[in-house]
Amino acid sequence: MKDTNMTENAVTTDTPKITARGVQVYYGDTHAIKDVDVEIAANTVTAFIGPSGCGKSTFLRCINRMNDTIPIARVEGDIRIDGEDIYDKRVDPVQLRAKVGMVFQKPNPFPKSIYDNVAYGPRIHGLSKNKADLDEIVENALRRAALWDEAKDRLQQPGTGLSGGQQQRLCIARAVATAPEILLMDEPCSALDPIATAQVEELIDELRQNYSVVIVTHSMQQAARVSQKTAFFHLGHLVEYGETGKIFTSPEDPRTESYISGRIG
Amino acid sequence: MTDVTAAGPTGAGKGSLLNQDDRTGKRNRAEGRFKMYGLIAVCIGIGMLVLLLISILSNGLSSFQQTTLRIQVDLPEDKLDKSGVRDPSVMSKVTTFGYAPLLRDGLVATLAANGIETELSDKDVAELISDESVAQLRNRVLANPDVIGTTIEVNALASGRIDGYYKDRVTMASAERDSNISPEQLQLADRLKEAGLLGTSFNWLFFTAPDASDTRPEAAGLGVAILGSLYMMLIVLVLALPIGVAASIYLEEFAPQNRWTDLIEVNISNLAAVPSIVFGILGLAIFINFAGLPQSAPIVGGLVLTLMTLPTIIIATRAALKAVPPSIRDAALGLGASKMQSVFHHVLPLAMPGILTGTIIGLAQALGETAPLLLIGMVAFVREYPDSPLDGGFFDPATALPVQIFNWTQRSDPAFVERASGAIIVLLLFLLVMNLTAIFLRRKFERRW
Ligand SMILES: Nc1ncnc2c1ncn2[C@@H]1O[C@H](COP(=O)(O)OP(=O)(O)OP(=O)(O)O)[C@@H](O)[C@H]1O
Ligand SMILES: [Mg+2]
Repeated sequence: MKDTNMTENAVTTDTPKITARGVQVYYGDTHAIKDVDVEIAANTVTAFIGPSGCGKSTFLRCINRMNDTIPIARVEGDIRIDGEDIYDKRVDPVQLRAKVGMVFQKPNPFPKSIYDNVAYGPRIHGLSKNKADLDEIVENALRRAALWDEAKDRLQQPGTGLSGGQQQRLCIARAVATAPEILLMDEPCSALDPIATAQVEELIDELRQNYSVVIVTHSMQQAARVSQKTAFFHLGHLVEYGETGKIFTSPEDPRTESYISGRIG
Repeated sequence: MTDVTAAGPTGAGKGSLLNQDDRTGKRNRAEGRFKMYGLIAVCIGIGMLVLLLISILSNGLSSFQQTTLRIQVDLPEDKLDKSGVRDPSVMSKVTTFGYAPLLRDGLVATLAANGIETELSDKDVAELISDESVAQLRNRVLANPDVIGTTIEVNALASGRIDGYYKDRVTMASAERDSNISPEQLQLADRLKEAGLLGTSFNWLFFTAPDASDTRPEAAGLGVAILGSLYMMLIVLVLALPIGVAASIYLEEFAPQNRWTDLIEVNISNLAAVPSIVFGILGLAIFINFAGLPQSAPIVGGLVLTLMTLPTIIIATRAALKAVPPSIRDAALGLGASKMQSVFHHVLPLAMPGILTGTIIGLAQALGETAPLLLIGMVAFVREYPDSPLDGGFFDPATALPVQIFNWTQRSDPAFVERASGAIIVLLLFLLVMNLTAIFLRRKFERRW
């Protein structure tokens, strides 16, 4: 169903939304990201793939400076969004994170109602003028995250009372409601059934019209279905980065080849 | 796969499931023994508690009952207000010495009116009444001068020995040896009781009256002590809660992790273990000798107890903040919330039950704390109620519940043992209410997940 997208999306604009140069991340003495260069274009979906522990999440967290919250984490190098260095002293990470939304690897709904979960971002950023406005944003976000039908009758019930997969979609809805320019999704479909996965993939494709989406996934099929660019990480290195079609059909690096065919990881 | 499990004659799973094997039996016996040890420990604890409660209740419950005499008292104008103009300043010149004969004559007349005959002298008859009643009568007249010239009914406190007689503390045998009371007086009291002139009723004065001197245990109450404790708890709550919570939030959420914050952390933990009397010495040196605050004042007590409670609140609050999963903070920050928003919108509400529990436990500790208050002079004999906090009542002399208990246990008259036990019951009730409040608040906040 998405295979058609892959070919038609192969042509994308060339203005890079995010550029990373020589990025190194250390957790104390652990060197988790080693000299990564990458350019992520606007209006594309970029997939990060690689074996567990290779640094996909770590690199993703550099892009919205969530690594700042880990005391032992140290980021070196240069990451720019629209040409602006996001690690510049003048950049307020809070402002940055409003622009770069994130869906975390583990679902982390607030222990509040479903409605309040989704409404939280719009509320603190003043995105709605009145209650009706906010209701609409919430409904919209929940619809896009394929949760509306299940949640519409229980909006006031706790988000933590949802199933794992529902929580994951709630977190997606929550991130979408803030209308970020870039959306970072760390394994957003890991706990979803095929139908919900298909819906989320549809959402990702739709988001691409306006946003840049970076998605970490362990599913090769998913990467192939939704992304235009794919980056393969291995032991902290960015081994190979290019058009998704090319990575999956004719990878240059032997490590990529063996990972894709299921020999590493 | 199947080969591996099916084979293996040495495997643990051999034999029938219906027969317990040796290892399982051993494990079950060990578990049974452990459960028994636990049960014994719990029983010992509960047994001690029950013993404690029984001893306190048996000693102290009677302090909530008080024996009084119903007497008709004439209030002649020529004795109380010769001028007849009811000028309060003139009337107050008549001291309790002027009122004592009125009460005595009233009792004697009441006896006669009810046909009770006695060989006791009028003076001995009057000893049935507490000296405190005279002061009470005087206050009543001064507050309401219109009663002068009429006959009023007075509910006079019985003296401590008579009160003790009806609480089985004083017996005919002990009265023989007692210079303060004679068996004849007790018999007279019995006859008064038969005539319905003497009876026991709920002792409201115990909660409202101030302390009384050594010779008047029947009049001693907790009024000043309860007010003093209340004032100090207010001060502790108003100072320790915001300071403690602010300090914890700063240390837990904002402060960089370095040698300085480690040092502060260690010091706070140590502070919580400092004996309370040390805080009393500190209070004496700083608040009274250096800052010149008055002795025996709730403000000083409150400040000392605040110092003492702060570490408890900080430790409890930090533990509560630590228990909030980091993923909640990540979620808020990831949505572009500021650090402060993430703390105040998400972390603090989740930590609230823990913070409130810690605070109330700290307050309960402070309420029962005695040693530091002794050092700052709160053991003084105070009969004046402190003013309301708005009129500077925090600076007026007062006592506190635990200090009052300590004070009463130091007195010679056994009637004060009853008072002290009664005060302990009151203190325990306050603590119970506080703990119930803690539980209630925790439930209420937890319901918001
Ligand atoms: N908070 C942390 N503190 C210390 N080390 C960390 C921390 N987070 C990650 N690491 C280390 O950094 C390396 C990369 O971790 P990361 O979470 O980025 O892997 P990942 O590619 O996302 O793996 P997965 O697919 O399992 O999620 C790992 O070796 C991990 O042990
Ligand atoms: Mg990860």
